[in-house]
Amino acid sequence: MKPLLMSSYTATSALGVGLAEQIAALKAKQSGIVKKSWETVSFEFCTGEVAGVDEVVLPDAVKHFDCRNNQLAYLALQQDGFETAVLHAITKYGPNRVAVLLGTSTSGILSTEVAYRERDPETGALPVGHRYRQTQNTYSLADFVRTYFGLTGIANVVSTACSSSAKVFAAAERLIECGLADAAIVGGVDSLCLTTIYGFSSLQLVSVAPCKPYDVARNGISIGEGAAFALLEQPERADVKQGIYLTGYGETSDAHHMSSPHPEGLGAQQAMRAALSMAGLTPAEIGYINLHGTATPSNDAAEGKAVTALFGKNTPCSSTKGHTGHTLGAAGGLEAIFSAIALTEGFLPAGVGTTELDPDIACHYLLDNQVANIQHVLTNSFGFGGSNCSLIFSKG
Amino acid sequence: MRQVFLESVSVIGPGLPNWETATSVLRGETPLVLADVALPPAALLPPTERRRTGTATRLSMALGVEAAEKAGIALAALPSVFVSTGGDCENCHQILETLASDDRSISPTRFHNSVHNAAAGYWSIGAKSMETSTSLCAYDATFGAGLLEALPLVVSLDKPVLLIAFDSAYPDPLNAIRPIPYPFGVGMVFSPVQTAQSLASVRFALTDEASAQMEDAALEALRLMVPAARALPMLALLANQTAGRVVVDYLAPSQLAIEVTCL
Repeated sequence: MKPLLMSSYTATSALGVGLAEQIAALKAKQSGIVKKSWETVSFEFCTGEVAGVDEVVLPDAVKHFDCRNNQLAYLALQQDGFETAVLHAITKYGPNRVAVLLGTSTSGILSTEVAYRERDPETGALPVGHRYRQTQNTYSLADFVRTYFGLTGIANVVSTACSSSAKVFAAAERLIECGLADAAIVGGVDSLCLTTIYGFSSLQLVSVAPCKPYDVARNGISIGEGAAFALLEQPERADVKQGIYLTGYGETSDAHHMSSPHPEGLGAQQAMRAALSMAGLTPAEIGYINLHGTATPSNDAAEGKAVTALFGKNTPCSSTKGHTGHTLGAAGGLEAIFSAIALTEGFLPAGVGTTELDPDIACHYLLDNQVANIQHVLTNSFGFGGSNCSLIFSKG
Repeated sequence: MRQVFLESVSVIGPGLPNWETATSVLRGETPLVLADVALPPAALLPPTERRRTGTATRLSMALGVEAAEKAGIALAALPSVFVSTGGDCENCHQILETLASDDRSISPTRFHNSVHNAAAGYWSIGAKSMETSTSLCAYDATFGAGLLEALPLVVSLDKPVLLIAFDSAYPDPLNAIRPIPYPFGVGMVFSPVQTAQSLASVRFALTDEASAQMEDAALEALRLMVPAARALPMLALLANQTAGRVVVDYLAPSQLAIEVTCL
């Protein structure tokens, strides 16, 4: 593929709002996961909640999109000059030439979860004025962003569970390469809701303590929420020439099980191999791997096997889900930004929450931050349904 | 973008149990009679899992199997694009009911079926396909969004790709605010090169022209009722085996102009 420049990007997670707070927390090895009660959940749980989402007020022109997921999206859009960069791209390319490709798993379903509790006891009808389209529907996130920026071209939401907002980078590359768009807003947003909190609990995949990726005592995920946005452009048409480039991607399916990874990480390995091949890189040229690393016993074991099969035991790697929790449909986008941070800041983030590495996983998992001037990062995102996506970002 | 080749079509909808019947209806030879849609069991899954699958999986799997078989391509070899407005809507409703009740225990199966890509997940497992698969949502633009993802994928991978655009209904109370009266779906296999099997060459571009309507009132009503049925004007061109250009609904103000040349 021809590399695409991330001409602007931003992230918001339990670590804070905007890039500076992400960088500071990563450098300080801080976690945003805390044990707390939330909404009407009947038990306390460890979660990576973004502070202040409920207080976010959407502008009048898009207030019909009001729901937790779009509040979080709006909060994130306001950071790091991202909005200015998008408006500039719209001026340059035209409103029908900037695509909106975003990932989410649960969109604004929290609004409908609440609405179901408020159904009319006689008729069973949902409360008057419940806005399905602008809240619960999976497309709501891209609809909100497209409407907010007055865009008129291509838009959709990729919803492949926890690989969603990684796969949008690949989709954007194909659209731009085919000439169907000049630039694309990519990324993803996922926010806390009862479906995932009770759902992952039913699968017994939620850790009682903050999650411990790749730890010998790991016993499940911590559910987080987050938002990440990036503007992708062809380098020759972008105003800035230096920066972080998407240089490769690989997408595969496990074809194994709906909610368990292939035990040998076969699909994961093929996704990483495809990404390397597209980027024209050897495994030794990857300076850091941002792992999917959910902290479930099966994910980390399978991913660890896939990583060592391809990279051996020496490539530094870590999961940043100990910092943010598993932000599900936002994880791919958020960790793409963390990959960019590793490249621009010249440091490899240690995994936090992990104290004793699983001796059965042979990869070089970082327990301490490492200063390193690296050129290429690979980041993994895997989802339910056996959906795998690996992305490679490079410094140019 | 450059042209690609349509290798096969499958359709399932009310009064349109298969492409052969749909061809006759779209040519105006037989009237459309809206009838409940009988869906075959999810053929690619083991019997225990087959019983638990709902409309979304059965509909999409039937569309995919028929399109792949007609194209003469092994299921496992096909990358896939799934697009629908609501995923498995019956399953979603059941979870919402449970979460609104006193006992919020969701079954694990219900939860993993809640992801928008559940149908795609069952497909890749059943088809034993490790090829890339994506699942999209664009509200009412189900069909257009599918084409806009699938055709660049054909060009990028330089191999045939399976598109499955399908929609099904929520039960009430969501049905009252997001009515989708009938399940409807389209399966298509696109190839980067013309083959002996190719039915048509296809090119498309975004346009701000108005989208085409169906001349027949019943077909036009169906087109507007179900997002995936926005494919009907393109299907009518194929059924009539005429070369032509048709504009299908996408996301206003952008629509999708499709040029079809039947081979």
